Amino acid sequence: MDYSQFLYMKEELSLIAVILIIFVVDLFLKPGKRQEAGQARFAIVLPIFLMTIHTLINIIPGTGNVQAFGGMYQYAPMQTIVKAVLNIGTIIVLLMSSQWLKRKDVSINRGEYSVLLLSTLLGMYFMISAGHFLMFFIGLETASIPMAALAAFDKYRYESAEAGAKYILTAMFSSALLLFGLSLIYGTCGTLYFDDLSHHINGSMLQIAAFVLFFAGMGFKLSLVPFHLWTADVYEGSPTPVTGYLSVVSKGSAAFVLMTILIKVFVPLIADWQEVLFWIIIVSITLANIFAVRQKNIKRLMAFSSISQAGYIMLAVITGSAIGMTSLVFYILVYTVANLAIFAIITVIEQNSGKVSINDYAGLYKTNPKLSFIMTLALFSLGGIPPFAGFFSKFFIFMAAFKAGFELLVFIAVVNTIISLYYYLLIVKAMYITPSDEPIPTFKSDCSTRVGLTICLVGIIGLGIASIVYQTIYQYGFGL
Amino acid sequence: MNLLSIFVLIPLLMMLGLWISRNLAQVRTVMVVGASALLISAITLTVCYLQARSAGATEEMLFRADIIWYAPLNIAYSVGVDGISVAMLLLSGIIVFTGTFASWRLKPLTKEYFLWFTLLSAGVFGFFISIDMFTMYLFYEVALIPMYLLIGVWGSGRKEYAAMKLTLMLMGASAILLCGILGIYFCSGATSMNILNIAHAHNIAVSQQLIWFPMTFVGFGVLGALFPFHTWSPDGHASAPTAVSMLHAGVLMKLGGYGCFRIAMFLMPQAANQLGWIFLILTTISVVYGALSACVQTDLKYINAYSSVSHCGLVLFAILMINQTATTGAILQMLSHGLMTALFFALIGMIYGRTHTRDTRELSGLMRIMPFLGVGYVIAGLANLGLPGFSGFIAEMTIFVGSFQHFDTFHRTITIIACTSIVITAVYILRLVGKILYGVCTNEHHLKLTDATWDERVAVIVLIVCVAGLGMAPLWISNMISNSVVPIVSNLTLMH
Repeated sequence: MDYSQFLYMKEELSLIAVILIIFVVDLFLKPGKRQEAGQARFAIVLPIFLMTIHTLINIIPGTGNVQAFGGMYQYAPMQTIVKAVLNIGTIIVLLMSSQWLKRKDVSINRGEYSVLLLSTLLGMYFMISAGHFLMFFIGLETASIPMAALAAFDKYRYESAEAGAKYILTAMFSSALLLFGLSLIYGTCGTLYFDDLSHHINGSMLQIAAFVLFFAGMGFKLSLVPFHLWTADVYEGSPTPVTGYLSVVSKGSAAFVLMTILIKVFVPLIADWQEVLFWIIIVSITLANIFAVRQKNIKRLMAFSSISQAGYIMLAVITGSAIGMTSLVFYILVYTVANLAIFAIITVIEQNSGKVSINDYAGLYKTNPKLSFIMTLALFSLGGIPPFAGFFSKFFIFMAAFKAGFELLVFIAVVNTIISLYYYLLIVKAMYITPSDEPIPTFKSDCSTRVGLTICLVGIIGLGIASIVYQTIYQYGFGL
Repeated sequence: MNLLSIFVLIPLLMMLGLWISRNLAQVRTVMVVGASALLISAITLTVCYLQARSAGATEEMLFRADIIWYAPLNIAYSVGVDGISVAMLLLSGIIVFTGTFASWRLKPLTKEYFLWFTLLSAGVFGFFISIDMFTMYLFYEVALIPMYLLIGVWGSGRKEYAAMKLTLMLMGASAILLCGILGIYFCSGATSMNILNIAHAHNIAVSQQLIWFPMTFVGFGVLGALFPFHTWSPDGHASAPTAVSMLHAGVLMKLGGYGCFRIAMFLMPQAANQLGWIFLILTTISVVYGALSACVQTDLKYINAYSSVSHCGLVLFAILMINQTATTGAILQMLSHGLMTALFFALIGMIYGRTHTRDTRELSGLMRIMPFLGVGYVIAGLANLGLPGFSGFIAEMTIFVGSFQHFDTFHRTITIIACTSIVITAVYILRLVGKILYGVCTNEHHLKLTDATWDERVAVIVLIVCVAGLGMAPLWISNMISNSVVPIVSNLTLMH
């Protein structure tokens, strides 16, 4: 056996190293009386520090497409970029969870939190780099099972336990569907290698059924309508940093993988899957937006917002083109910084005052001007308002879809941005305009949250104006 | 460094300055310095432009600069100006300058107010200098969104409703506009989003133009108060704080007319000729209906807002006439309406700041109590109804002369119908002036009120000088505009 093949997996290997270090170090960090504060700080900073190093040493994409282990593992330079985007998201999530991790009942599980979080990330890595459906499936499961534990992390809170149960049930159900689809594919084609499959897929009824089952399984992960029913409850119940992670990193990786598989494997069925996606996009964006308008709890609102954002992401997937792929990755990056900024702010407010309803945000500007300012910019970015990055990412996605000939779809999506703008503005209105008798008191968020918010703010303002980010992604857009 | 980029750079520096300023004095200093710099740059640009033209520069756009921004998507930051944009930049410079003084004493959250105000003006300036559709659209939206907070936080009356309605209607329109822009770009097969390249290529098939022209025209037209999409305007203007009303009616609504002309009609001439009649009917309704609605309002700001609908309708009406005289008139009307409506809103804001009511039924005899504001109001009113010697007369005269150059019955009939707005305007303006300024003051609280302060005087005097100056010496600017209108109008008539 050629052991040098392992070098192609350097990203996965370094992440495994990070996980192991954290795991081992955590064993020696016993909650003693004396150095508790110092140890707590160390336990929080260590994963962030290691992840930063991990991101930095793996940030430069390789030169060409490589296959290892007989095609089970496939590498393309674009994957490095996607993994870097996921890393950035994870780092921000780790930064924003620090305040929550200092809470008494959670603090003893600090180590598990990082390990579980990074395990899901590892699963996503394998999912992204898979060259075979079995590998893909293992990655998918590694990414979803620890997620259920994370959703139930506040185990003494009823909603959190419920969220964990709901997540694991839907995840298992969708995995079963997906697995059934895969077995049908194996039955008709006799192989599960991505490279071979595209020659065997010919559009027979069984294969279309297989595709539908596969897509339904992915639809659950991406929380597209009509597979979205778990989303709002899980988002509401999970600890807020986990919700942020779920809405951004988990969703982003699933969207990217879906697009690569659709292009690589199901390319003979392109007309069929475009038809399916066409309707899914319309329904996802429209229904989610309409439901979001009625929400009172900000986490539920963000849940529906993330469903509609997934619809926008699918707009890039439906193009099936390199420019669509570029727009997709750029969109995920921009969406990551904006959405995580919002979840970071929700987290600190929840930790400091326990309030999560939109009405409680009334008068926030008077007491916490900086937080509400960043929140406003992040909401504007999500709503696609220039000069913030969200405008650029939306525009590019629309451009890609328009170029692929989906004019009507773009029109519907664009009109929907107005509905989404409405409910984003409701939050802005609460913070700036609505007077309040008992606003959220003034507080100072902790250092690492502030670092996280700064990263997000730089991203929200800079990613669109500095075209270099998009162009870097574009360079590797064809490498599929 | 391109001369034109200064117009975007100054607001950005102003925002930076506002961000770091610590107290009211510093905020005011930053605003005055920045607004003056913008005004001076606008005047300098006008002088440079006229010199370059008289020195024989014949290109369509001067002071061009192209910086590739997103190479894979053919998006560039392209700037350039012709006479029309120079006139608009000058207008914006004046309004931003006077608007700063009109909001001199605004409270609370002065710093944040000016931050959003400056962002809005950055959008406006950026829009007028851009000739790339992407950057144009970007600046267009930058100019729209601050309105939500400016009205919502600092407004009066039903401000939350008005702010949401205005934002959603305008953003909805810009959503349609986005589709229109993408349609134009992809159907033209152009390799850049530059307006000039697309216009000169003449590549868009007529069947495609018929789809994208209405979208683009309506998209911009909503901001230009096109009937029946004008309903955001009265509510928005009535609730907005003074300087925001000024900037909005004075400059922002011009973005609509300018965009209709520069993008919708210039790039899709055949569709403009074929579908023009539909929009001509709608704009005629805007003109007459706006004026009639103004007659029955009792809130000073509502009167002026409907009057703006009528006058901005006239702008769209004139550009749809597709000839040089009428189009020149349209641009003059944009200038003239921008100045006098800003003057009007400034004065209404100052009166409201003292009397705390804008209801005409409760106001009377103000001329004796605040003579400076009263005289200013009379002048604004006379300019509005088109008295010779003021800018309104020049603009409307040019428009109607141009419109009447069409020989067919349809154009002549609607021109005559639109002309009635002049009479209706005279009715509501004169009645209003008579009611609130003259007569006996019935409210004793009003007797103790004071006249304008120095900052208010600066704003009012600058605007009056501009309105009168444009009315007395219109030729230099109308020639500048008229020369720039020629290539666009000839493009439109050739395609007839």
